[in-house]
Amino acid sequence: METSFERIQEKLNILADAAKYDVSCSSSGSKRKNTTKGLGDASSSGICHTYTEDGRCVSLLKILLTNHCIFDCAYCVSRKSNDIKRAAFTVEEVISLTLNFYKRNYIEGLFLSSGIFKSPDFTMERMVAIARKLRLEHNYNGYIHLKTIPGASDELMKEAGLFADRLSVNIELPTEISLHSLAPQKNYKDILTPMSYLGESIQHYKEERKLIKSTPLFAPAGQSTQMIIGATPETDKDILFTANTLYKNYSLKRVYYSGYIPISDKDERLPLLGTPPPLIREHRLYQTDWLMRFYGFDVHEIVNDSHLNLDIDIDPKLGWALRNLHVFPVDINKAPYEMILRVPGIGVQSAHKIVVARKHGMLTMQHLRKMGVATNRAIFFILCKASPIPNTDILPAIIKNKILSSSKSKFEKTYSSQLQLFS
Amino acid sequence: MSERIVYDGRFAGLLTAIFDIYTFKYKDPHFYKEYIQETMFEDISHHIVTDTTKSQRVWSGLKKKLTTAAMQKLYFVFLSEQRQVERLIYDYVKYAFDSSISIEGDFTKECVSNVEKLAKKVSRERHRFKAFVRLEDIGNGIMYAPVSPDYNILPLIAPFFKKRYAAQNWIIYDTKRKYGLYYDKNTEHINEVVIDFYSIKDKNVLSGFVFDPEEHKYQELWKQYFKSTNIPARKNTKLHLKHVPRRYWKYLVEKQ
Repeated sequence: METSFERIQEKLNILADAAKYDVSCSSSGSKRKNTTKGLGDASSSGICHTYTEDGRCVSLLKILLTNHCIFDCAYCVSRKSNDIKRAAFTVEEVISLTLNFYKRNYIEGLFLSSGIFKSPDFTMERMVAIARKLRLEHNYNGYIHLKTIPGASDELMKEAGLFADRLSVNIELPTEISLHSLAPQKNYKDILTPMSYLGESIQHYKEERKLIKSTPLFAPAGQSTQMIIGATPETDKDILFTANTLYKNYSLKRVYYSGYIPISDKDERLPLLGTPPPLIREHRLYQTDWLMRFYGFDVHEIVNDSHLNLDIDIDPKLGWALRNLHVFPVDINKAPYEMILRVPGIGVQSAHKIVVARKHGMLTMQHLRKMGVATNRAIFFILCKASPIPNTDILPAIIKNKILSSSKSKFEKTYSSQLQLFS
Repeated sequence: MSERIVYDGRFAGLLTAIFDIYTFKYKDPHFYKEYIQETMFEDISHHIVTDTTKSQRVWSGLKKKLTTAAMQKLYFVFLSEQRQVERLIYDYVKYAFDSSISIEGDFTKECVSNVEKLAKKVSRERHRFKAFVRLEDIGNGIMYAPVSPDYNILPLIAPFFKKRYAAQNWIIYDTKRKYGLYYDKNTEHINEVVIDFYSIKDKNVLSGFVFDPEEHKYQELWKQYFKSTNIPARKNTKLHLKHVPRRYWKYLVEKQ
C-alpha cells in the first residue's frame, strides 16, 4: 500500500469508472449475520451509504477486477477494440480496499465484475478467490455481489454462490437479434444457461435449509440481471416482455434497465456521442417493473400490440387507468385492496393505510390527503365520503390535461425539449 | 385551566408523569423539561420525580393496548425532541387507554396520524445514520465518527453498529447533543461518553483533521471512488440533494 498509493489510486479511478455502467448497487435481501465476531453483516433492507451527483445510490464498492477484455461488445466501454487505459487489480488489492472501506462504514460491501481475460474460467476463478478469502481468511460477513462470467464452469458458479450474497449474469440487450449484432461473441444460451443453473441452485439450497439448518447459504439475496435500453430499436413491449419472462421463468430478484450512455462516435450501429441518455424512458420502465412486482399488474395490461410503448408524459399506472375508465370510479370505503392499489395517486403504503383506517369510519378526501394520497390525481377515479362523484364519461384526454396542469412533472423540462426535436 | 408538568426530560420521566396525571387527575397537562429554564410559572405546576415502578406500570398497561410496533413509534416520537411532543404522546396514550378497540389504524384521528408521521421521520433518520456515519482511525485502536443528526437517534442505531463492528472499538459522537456511544470490543458493551474537547491538548484529534497517513490515504481513495463512480451525463443535483441533504455534508468524507 505504502509504495504504490498513486498506482492504486489510478487503478481505482480506471476500474471504478469502467464498472459504473452496471446500474445495480443494491445491497438488500441478505440477512448474513456477524456470528463469528468478525467484520460486518448484511442488512436485509439494504443501505445506501451515499449518493453520486447523479442521484444514484452508492452502497457497494463497485469495481472491475480488470478492464482487459478479449470480447468486443460494441456497447461496452471496455471492449477489446476501444483505445483506453487498461488496468488490473490483484486479488489482495481488492480485498484490502474492501476491508478498509467497510470498517470505516463507507460501504455495505463489494460488487465485483470483470472484463474477460484469457478465458471465462480463468477470470471467474480469481473473482471467486477474492470472495473466498474475504469470507474464510478475513472473517468478513458484509455483502458480496459477484457478476458471473458467461461461459464459466458450473463448479465455479457453485463456489461463487456459496460465498456471495448475490450473483448476476447480464442479459445485456432486450432481444437476441440485438445481442448478435452488437456482441458477436455472446449469445443468449451462454447467458440463460448459468441463469437457470443459479435459479435452480438458489431454490434448492433454500428448500434444503428449511429442513436442515446447517445447509450453507447460497446467494441468499438471489440473482439479478441488467439490460441496456435505448441502444437498440426494441419497443418498451419487447423490453418488458423479456423482463417478465426473466421474473417468471428464472425467478430473478431484479431486472435492471440501464439507459444507454453513448461511448463512441465511430460506431454507426449505436447512438452517437452527445445523445442524451433516455432517462425518462428508463424511469417509466422501472415504474412498470414496480407495477408488475408490487401492484398486481400483468405485463399485458400495460404494454401490448395496440400499445407498444409507454407514455412519456404520464406514468404507466395513470396511462392504464385512462385506457380503462370503465373500471372506475373505485369506492375507497368498500373496494378490495387490489382495486385500491390500481388507483392513480395511491401507492402501496397508502393503500394499506386506507384498508385499515376505513374500519374506524368513512374516509373523506381530506383523510386521504393526510394519509399521503396524491389526491390531485386520485380525485378523478374514486368515490369517498362527502365528495362529488367523478365523471368517468368524459374523454381520457380531458382528465389527462387536468392532471398535467395541476401538477408539475420533474421531467417537464426534459420532455418538452425532447418533443421540440420533432416539431 | 391547564396544569404544568415539569419532568426530567427522560422517557421514564414522561411515563412517570403520565402515571401521576392519571392518579391525581391533572387537567390539560402542559409539559416542561426541568433543565430548560422557563420564566412564567404562575399556573399550578407539578414536579415529577421519575419513578421506574410508575413508568413500568404505564408501559405494561400500554402493552395490553398496543402492538410492539406502536410502542416503538412512541419512543421514536419521544426521541424527535420536537416541541410539545410530550403532549402528543400523552394524547395518544390517553386515546389508547380510553378505547376498547385497537386505535393504531385510526389515521383519521389527529394524534394517531401525527405519531405516525413523526415516527416515520425519526425512523428515516435512523436509517440514514446507519449510512452517514464515517468512522476514522484515530489511533489507539479506536474508530471515531462525529455526527449531528436532527433527532436524538444514537440510541436507535447503537444495536446496528454493535452487531456490524463487533470486533473493533468505536465511538459515535453526537456533536449537537454533546454525548456519544463508546463500544469496547473486549467487554462487548456500549457506554455513553461525554468528551471534554477543551481538555484535549492536541486539537487535531477528534476535529476531523487526520494526520495518520494510512487513514488519510483511505479517505483519499474513498473520495476518488466517489468521483469515479459518478456518471456526468446523468447529472441530477436535485435528486442528489434529496438523498443527501446539505445539512448532513459536514461529516461526510466524500463531500469535503
